[in-house]
Amino acid sequence: MTTPQLFFAYFAVAMTVLSLLVVTRRSPVHSIMWMLVLFIHIAALYLFLNAEFLAAIQIIVYAGAILVLFLFVIMMLNLKKEETAKKYQAQWPVSAGIAIILAAFLVLILGKIVVLPSLGEYSIEAVKTEGIMMTTGKVLYTEFLLPFEIASIVLLVAIIGAVVLAKKRIE
Amino acid sequence: MVPLSWYIVLSAVMFSIGVFGFLARRNLLIIFISIELMLNSVNISLVAFSHYLQSMRGQILVFFVITVAAAEAAIGLAILIAYYKHNPTIKVDEINLLKG
Repeated sequence: MTTPQLFFAYFAVAMTVLSLLVVTRRSPVHSIMWMLVLFIHIAALYLFLNAEFLAAIQIIVYAGAILVLFLFVIMMLNLKKEETAKKYQAQWPVSAGIAIILAAFLVLILGKIVVLPSLGEYSIEAVKTEGIMMTTGKVLYTEFLLPFEIASIVLLVAIIGAVVLAKKRIE
Repeated sequence: MVPLSWYIVLSAVMFSIGVFGFLARRNLLIIFISIELMLNSVNISLVAFSHYLQSMRGQILVFFVITVAAAEAAIGLAILIAYYKHNPTIKVDEINLLKG
């Protein structure tokens, strides 16, 4: 095994174990703390794949915003009696079976995947000459301009929807 | 050099763990966290494809997935808060208002 493969092996094992910890902890706070470690691992994996911008976004948006939002919601709820209740629903063996079958199916199919020979223009050297921000910006604001605008509308709807849903009802 | 298929297999395994958490847990918050886990595993495969195909599109798509995930988390948690005010439980098998 070469050094990159050893690095990847560490990340694969750590991320699988962390994912299992996230879905099996009783307390949501513990789940979220493991999720934080998992997100940092994912950001490191993005660095490994030469996606520096996305690694930063992963830390800022996921770890900095979404997980904090989850923690705030837990703070607002009273979860004392949830801690003694059953963790899993009655049908959890069926769920585990479905997940294992899905995993086996996906691994069998996707484990054989290879890269097609017709590569794009953004090789590591090409990105290096301009920097990752400039290449990302160029693609985002030309080819993906309409989805970018739609994303802003999605965020606006999320802001308004969250405020409307969570506010006190005015009689 | 790490083969592309390793990343895709890692992504598939994480996605399946997310599916298990989504289907099996009773706590609504952990179900939301499982959804985030699944979205993240898809992001890993998109970034891996983007790197190995030397294209920028995968990374841009991840950008949009993160946007939608943030919106989904905000709306979902707002619905959770609104429901909790009405009926203080977050166990999904006890949330049965539509049963009539």
